[in-house]
Amino acid sequence: MSKVRVLVGTRKGAFIIASDGKREKWDISGPHFAGWEIYHLKGSPADPNRLYASQSTGWFGQLIQRSNDGGQTWEPVGNKFVYDGLPGTHQWYDGTPHPWEFKRVWHLEPSLADPDTIYAGVEDAALFRSTDGAQNWQELPGLRGHGSGPSWQPGAGGLCLHTILLDPSNSGRMYIAISAAGAFRTDDGGQTWKPINRGLRSEYIPDPTAEIGHCVHRIAMHRSRPNVLYMQKHWDVLRTDDAGDQWHEVSGNLPTDFGFVIDVHTHEPETIYVVPIKSDREHFPLEGKLRVYRSRTGGNEWEPLTKGLPQSDCYVNVLRDAMSVDSLDKCGVYFGTTGGQVYASADAGDSWAPIARDLPAVLSVEVQTLP
Amino acid sequence: MIRVVLPGHLQDLAHVGAEVKLEVDGQATQRSVLDALEARYPMLEGTIRDHVTQQRRPFLRFFACEEDISHELPDAPLPEAVASGAEPFLIIGAIAGG
Repeated sequence: MSKVRVLVGTRKGAFIIASDGKREKWDISGPHFAGWEIYHLKGSPADPNRLYASQSTGWFGQLIQRSNDGGQTWEPVGNKFVYDGLPGTHQWYDGTPHPWEFKRVWHLEPSLADPDTIYAGVEDAALFRSTDGAQNWQELPGLRGHGSGPSWQPGAGGLCLHTILLDPSNSGRMYIAISAAGAFRTDDGGQTWKPINRGLRSEYIPDPTAEIGHCVHRIAMHRSRPNVLYMQKHWDVLRTDDAGDQWHEVSGNLPTDFGFVIDVHTHEPETIYVVPIKSDREHFPLEGKLRVYRSRTGGNEWEPLTKGLPQSDCYVNVLRDAMSVDSLDKCGVYFGTTGGQVYASADAGDSWAPIARDLPAVLSVEVQTLP
Repeated sequence: MIRVVLPGHLQDLAHVGAEVKLEVDGQATQRSVLDALEARYPMLEGTIRDHVTQQRRPFLRFFACEEDISHELPDAPLPEAVASGAEPFLIIGAIAGG
């Protein structure tokens, strides 16, 4: 029978929550790396027992941990992230030039084919790659160097590269997103990049339709249709059908289109999920009701999913890397909250139950479906 | 022989107890002690001082003989009591955070 492994990064350590394919009874292991911030952990699609974790604190900086046995044991690997050449400057919050400074790894994205190849999205925003199992890291400098880098500005969470999507049908194509610069695409394996923000509109920047400066919170893709992307921006939910060349808004009837997460059903490329958050000033659900919204039409028409979720006095947030799906026959959907709950649905969102209630604030959720 | 006391998180990371004992080639300085520490426990590289600049991370301090020696030059000799192993070289994490 299949198994499901949920990899949870929190403010105070990592947790691994596992179940068989029924997804009824869950076992929690952890905390791994207790007391450290775990921004993200993810398994290799090519070798599910190969896991990588981003571990950091303000005291001791960044570490990368690697496991070869599905998270039972870990070893620290390379943590040297040095920008290529002279790092230059980006804009600070007040618009003045600020030197690029490495702070932490937000997101780890293992290669689809090679367990030893992995990408890291970092703050201050840049993309790094390792081809030796995370022992050594090299920046892909074409991203910061494509021209707009000096004008990038941090969002409230920092100038972070938080999303990396690998195109399963085209090994040269990759998408990334940066708060608050926008989305970018490469078609040559990361050597050259172009901004893909046409159609985005952000009233909080001087030119609402500028090519650069949009606070993209998350992008999601269905592997069967890699040219179709869904985006949760600071405000607005959007989609593109041409690999980001043009976006259009699909917020439709959402009660608020602010939010952080967005994800796609494993078997239905037009079924997508978001968790609406009240506003950029108030990072909690509307009316104290935690609701996932699902669209079965690729956006615009949304339905609230509430069964099993708290519908009063709930004031948690769901951060950008904290939603994931499994690939079982009835798609499982999972998300974590800043209140330390991890909710799971074994029926594509129709009903929910907590699989962990009292963890530290959840930063990320990834799911592995194992044979 | 130099005695070095590590903060708890770094003890866990290096799989050691509170105090480690190191042989240091030449004069005992902050740099030579940290070089020896990182050579024996490579997983500590980058956690005490920056990989590139070699500057002490801002939330850490170095204490010895009841003195804060964080701002001594990296190649300044450590106190004789530390060099002889009578007193430890302490790496202290700031009391901060939640």
